[in-house]
Amino acid sequence: MAQFANDSFSDTEAAISAVAASGNARALPIVQALQDGRLVADPATKKVYIKENDGKVSDAVTGQAVAPSFANLGNVRLNNRLRRSVEAAIGGLTLLSADPARRLQAAQSVFRSRDAAALATIEGALEKETDASVRRAFTQARAAILLAAPDAPEASRIEAIAAIRDRGDQDALALLTGVAADPSPRVAQTAQAAISSVQSRLAMWSAAQNAWYGISLGSVLLLAAIGLAITFGVMGVINMAHGEMVMLGAYTTFVVQEVIRSSYPGLFDYSLLIALPLAFLVAGLIGVAIERGIIRFLYGRPLETLLATWGISLILQQAVRTAFGPTNREVGNPSWMSGAFELGQITITYNRLWIVVFTLAVFALLLLMLRYTSLGLEMRAVTQNRRMAASMGIATSRVDALTFGLGSGIAGIAGVALSQIDNVSPNLGQSYIIDSFMVVVFGGVGNLWGTLVGAFTLGIANKFLEPVAGAVLGKIAILVLIILFIQKRPRGLFALKGRAVEA
Amino acid sequence: MLTQLTSAIARPLSRRKALATAAGLALGLSFFGTAQAQDTIKVGVLHSLSGTMAISETTLKDTILFLIEEQNKKGGVMGKKLEAVVVDPASNWPLFAEKARELITKEKVAVVFGCWTSVSRKSVLPVFKELNSILFYPVQYEGEESERNVFYTGAAPNQQAIPAVDYLAKEEKVQRWVLAGTDYVYPRTTNKILEAYLKSKGVKQEDIMINYTPFGHSDWQTIVADIKKFGSAGKKTAVVSTINGDANVPFYKELGNQGIKATDIPVVAFSVGEEELAGIDTKPLIGHLAAWNYFQSVKDPENEKFIKAWQAYTKNPKRVTNDPMEAHVIGFDMWVKAVEKAKSTDPDKVIDALPGIKAKNLTGGESEMLANHHITKPVLIGEIKADGQFDVVWKTPGLVPGDAWSKELEGSKDLIGDWVGKKCGNWNTKTNKCGGQGS
Repeated sequence: MAQFANDSFSDTEAAISAVAASGNARALPIVQALQDGRLVADPATKKVYIKENDGKVSDAVTGQAVAPSFANLGNVRLNNRLRRSVEAAIGGLTLLSADPARRLQAAQSVFRSRDAAALATIEGALEKETDASVRRAFTQARAAILLAAPDAPEASRIEAIAAIRDRGDQDALALLTGVAADPSPRVAQTAQAAISSVQSRLAMWSAAQNAWYGISLGSVLLLAAIGLAITFGVMGVINMAHGEMVMLGAYTTFVVQEVIRSSYPGLFDYSLLIALPLAFLVAGLIGVAIERGIIRFLYGRPLETLLATWGISLILQQAVRTAFGPTNREVGNPSWMSGAFELGQITITYNRLWIVVFTLAVFALLLLMLRYTSLGLEMRAVTQNRRMAASMGIATSRVDALTFGLGSGIAGIAGVALSQIDNVSPNLGQSYIIDSFMVVVFGGVGNLWGTLVGAFTLGIANKFLEPVAGAVLGKIAILVLIILFIQKRPRGLFALKGRAVEA
Repeated sequence: MLTQLTSAIARPLSRRKALATAAGLALGLSFFGTAQAQDTIKVGVLHSLSGTMAISETTLKDTILFLIEEQNKKGGVMGKKLEAVVVDPASNWPLFAEKARELITKEKVAVVFGCWTSVSRKSVLPVFKELNSILFYPVQYEGEESERNVFYTGAAPNQQAIPAVDYLAKEEKVQRWVLAGTDYVYPRTTNKILEAYLKSKGVKQEDIMINYTPFGHSDWQTIVADIKKFGSAGKKTAVVSTINGDANVPFYKELGNQGIKATDIPVVAFSVGEEELAGIDTKPLIGHLAAWNYFQSVKDPENEKFIKAWQAYTKNPKRVTNDPMEAHVIGFDMWVKAVEKAKSTDPDKVIDALPGIKAKNLTGGESEMLANHHITKPVLIGEIKADGQFDVVWKTPGLVPGDAWSKELEGSKDLIGDWVGKKCGNWNTKTNKCGGQGS
């Protein structure tokens, strides 16, 4: 135990294996405390203590509570090599745990560590195991150990290869590649066959994975572009400050989270839901102000609008930089947006999944609004034929302001979602503005469905090009494709036809 | 996707705006200058305070202002007070050259502390040469340069990249390497050096994967999945990241979300410091590495004193410090000592006085300015901790002298920079002539 107190990584490693092999009941709490950074040591007396989560301190060896004298206690430090041995030790120690979830975890960590010392325990546990998924994990862990040990009997190694082949993922491939050059020809041959079977399965999954990544990128593009589809697509205003509306939405999320962190920490998981309406309001109101203050004087003069809105975007950026500082701000992920789950061989991260769902919801809502509400009707009327709409008694300037506010507000809620995957910095908007224009132009101006199809087409095409051409060339290729496409169909994928075009 | 395009559109406008503000600032400052006593020494600060690089450079401007204030409290230099002249080149490379010219000719500054990106340094080089002034450059860079008018206080590749790779190969037994970087000169040169170095150590071509991404890349799904795939070939794999600035946050988020832990595939970064981590939840990143010459967490009395004074100066008890800041601290101290040694601020005299000057660094050693205008520094490897700081897990036994020219690259291995004996930045030791590759 005293070795823990030496603040030397190799001494700590020796101590871990000694503790893990001791078979003592105190071994597990000690190693676990080490993993959580709760194991502290006194370099002078060489005594080791465990800090409990409730602030109590106990002697690591006896488990008895002691009066803490924190003066010169230092955490036992870990590096990656030690973290691996800690994980392996915990795996070995919890293989016989009563909780199936812990047994599963233990089996998985043994699978990774391939610790030959655990073989006997695993074989014993395997016989008694009733839970099917834990049983599978045990079999695989056993197989991994057997494959890693060249002196195991040939027959059991070939059996092990079959078990690993059924696992069928990258880890399996890694293990099998290790034995492909085995001195025993039979083992090597079986491994080769298993490798090609795993590889062909993985190739299929990788196509599915690209498709999912494409959908995910497409949804981000759509989310960023959807507000622009209204201000540019429906109103025809070239709004270069669109990206800054997205940024303001992201900063609103940051402010909401700051307030929650300092005053209501329990609400953190709901922070995004609270931020959504606020971001819509903040960005929407600023949008209305911009429309009333500047853009309404510039209708029908696209070049001046472009310059004016570009100026606004610079002003907004520098204003945010002055108010919040130039550095990135931390926006946390609520627990339901962190982590990932495995669908077959694809890793799907929760934040991307939620963004896809959220984007589609926003899109559907917007579509319904334009179709069924009176504001939607007025918007369509004004954008199709302003003078006619005005003659029918629609207050066109009010509708203009509200439409611009709506587009900006939607950009704001896009900012809430994008704060989960990107930097929250004053430059956030700039990285989306050109993409947004590209999507809207490609999809067809004045058509929300075009924006949807355009965004997903670009996203998926980009993700299938990226593994082949690399990220940089992939983007260039997409650009070239769009330029060629616009040559052929200048009005985008879904061009408006008939009289609507004249508006 | 098209940031280059945006900035191309933006340039004329943003430059005009920045010019206007900077001109206003300069006007105000010069007005002050004439109103005050004549015998101050002017120190130029050339860091972007707006635009994309403001995120990193603003802190360095504050650092120099802080150092000047501290120095003035001690009575200034040679009995004269120091006076800062701050200009804003607005992350706009040509504007860096204009602003440098303005600092030297109009403001008559004795020395300039500035630049972050290599592009900006290359853009001001001709100005410093032509007008014969001094630039202190505080950021780690790709090397392959040694100029008479520039003093490089950041790390050369042999003071950061190569020791980091050595650490991974030795401590983590890494055999497969992913070299991931942003697509511009620093990552490309560093990766070229690393590739040559790894191959000289017997790493095969198929065990090296090189990947470049555009500036501000935010969709890392495919690349992280590729790294995962590359890492499962049965050999221990590590990622050497020269990913720059803003792209790091989404990259690390994606790593964390896809469950790539440092125990499986560690990532060692050369451009991620305490400031960059301030924007991320670091819990999933525990154990990933960074290689620097300084960490805020280094336990050293000089460092603790500095952090305390810095936090008091910025009135922010949580304000972090980082590696380029330390480089400015060393560089500033060296310049002060050189001026006192030369008893003049005349650039020629100070340039001749600087090599050999020693200054305490904040990690417990004493750095020395070398004849090639680079300095000696310790190399530290830190692991990310839960609180966004780094735990130093390894340190070079002594200080490493910076190589201006990489020994790993074919074109530069015979070159040395020597401004003391040879008076030449690219002396070829084979032909014994001044002038080889580069400038």
